[in-house]
Amino acid sequence: MNIIEKGLLEKITGLHEVPQGAYNIRANGGLGGRNTTANIDIVSKEDKPGIDIIIKPNTKNESVHIPVVVSKSGLNDLVYNDFYIGENADVVIVAGCGIHNNGDEKSSHDGIHSFHVGKNAKIKYVEKHYGDGDGLGERVMNPTTVIEIDEGGYMEMETTQIKGIDSTVRVTNASLANDAKLVIKESLMTHGKQYAKTDFTVDLNGENSSANVISRSVAKDESYQVFLSNINGNNKCAGHTECDAIIMDKARVSAIPEITANHIDASLIHEAAIGKIAGEQLLKLMTLGLTEEEAEEQIVNGFLK
Amino acid sequence: MLELKNISFKVSVENQEKEILKNVNLVIDDKFVAITGPNGGGKSTLAKIIAGIYQPTTGQILLDGVDITNKSITERANLGISFAFQQPVRFKGLTVRDLITLSAGKQITVSEACTYLSEVGLCARDYIDREINASLSGGELKRIEIAMIMARGTKLSVFDEPEAGIDLWSFNNLIRVFEKMHEKTNGSIIIISHQERILDIADKIALVANGEVKKYGSKEEILPELLRKENTNFGCVKL
Ligand SMILES: Nc1ncnc2c1ncn2[C@@H]1O[C@H](COP(=O)(O)OP(=O)(O)OP(=O)(O)O)[C@@H](O)[C@H]1O
Ligand SMILES: [Mg+2]
Repeated sequence: MNIIEKGLLEKITGLHEVPQGAYNIRANGGLGGRNTTANIDIVSKEDKPGIDIIIKPNTKNESVHIPVVVSKSGLNDLVYNDFYIGENADVVIVAGCGIHNNGDEKSSHDGIHSFHVGKNAKIKYVEKHYGDGDGLGERVMNPTTVIEIDEGGYMEMETTQIKGIDSTVRVTNASLANDAKLVIKESLMTHGKQYAKTDFTVDLNGENSSANVISRSVAKDESYQVFLSNINGNNKCAGHTECDAIIMDKARVSAIPEITANHIDASLIHEAAIGKIAGEQLLKLMTLGLTEEEAEEQIVNGFLK
Repeated sequence: MLELKNISFKVSVENQEKEILKNVNLVIDDKFVAITGPNGGGKSTLAKIIAGIYQPTTGQILLDGVDITNKSITERANLGISFAFQQPVRFKGLTVRDLITLSAGKQITVSEACTYLSEVGLCARDYIDREINASLSGGELKRIEIAMIMARGTKLSVFDEPEAGIDLWSFNNLIRVFEKMHEKTNGSIIIISHQERILDIADKIALVANGEVKKYGSKEEILPELLRKENTNFGCVKL
């Protein structure tokens, strides 16, 4: 990998070197490195671009890193990744995509990730999106995540997009069996003329299944965000969705939560709040000696943390 | 030393001019000055004028002889003015540790941050990583607000009703906190308060009512007078 690709990799994984444990690095549409372990196998798909990640039952305390970096202007990358998480496994999966576009053509990465979370398995999925480069070419990412959680399974998904992606439409669909649990935490910051749409649909099919979808976002400049969250309670279940957004400058945010109870014991809540930074928050931090800009930055960083 | 010279503050409410502070003159050169007076008398407004949150309509503010009237909130903070709000502000996402660190103006160790919290009677371990959000109680927020001012350690600290919402047992400790600050400070502490016991540890007391400084003098002079008045017709002073 060259220096730009290494830089992108660091932005999305926080790692300077190749990751520990299992990993698969995709660089400019090709393979940039792979490692498997006794419990975690990674296999390239034969029929289409992408990989199968197979985690054996009872695998504990292991991690898989599958970063994607795009540094060629004009590259439009599409992958299908399938994750099979065996029963009782307990693992961390770190994905992420960085685009560096110095050219004037559009660069994009569209990933379709499917998670099959086995019985009583527990996974934490961390996903970071990042873009940079000075070209006029757009940086576009349209990730789709499909989640199926079997009985008693647990998945926590942390998705972050802090800067540099011009356009993104993120679709997440989940279905949960009995006693399954899903937690999604999204943090998002858009600036310039960026557009970001988030679309969550969760089907709570199993008895005692539960979902908590939390989004915190900051929209700056002339950016535009749309947050759609749709939870269907099809059994005795609990669902909660929350969108909390700060708008600045001339930005716009729409939050469209939708909850549907199809069962008498479904208990669903949605909350949405959009507003600018409270004036008194800025005043308080300024009385501590921060400038208005520094105060704003602290408030935004804390909010997205 | 803080000097307020001919400070007035007018706002327009529904096209009507309202004078909230009228020609206030006050020199703070003692270690501990309490400001008291009836609700709506103008005490918090005066504190905000000192911190730079409000700009006076007329008049001058001098800090150690330097005119700071046109200085911003940030500049005044960096010149050594601290202000604990009557109603502390909540922040989603920022933790107690974040705010104490920002107050200190530099990286401090967890144990240093905890010292300030313990001083105000908060068991530090339980609070240091709490978010300053709606989950904190009113009294907890007030104490964190005080801890932040202690972490700043500036030459002038203004506390707006620090005792409000603090329970009775903790009130005794709070008095001790302020007594200690009184002992240690090289600058001045201004406390806005309705509590006799806080007025009692002050060097000087100012009575602000109706936007004016009605009385200003040593505690020995002012306090007995205030207590007498309360029994006659000055029902507004909650002591
Ligand atoms: N920005 C403003 N616009 C209009 N009126 C104001 C403004 N700020 C304060 N006031 C009014 O000025 C008066 C003084 O308010 P201030 O908050 O200074 O009183 P206080 O002495 O601190 O009272 P308390 O003991 O209740 O805290 C009140 O009548 C209040 O309603
Ligand atoms: Mg007040």
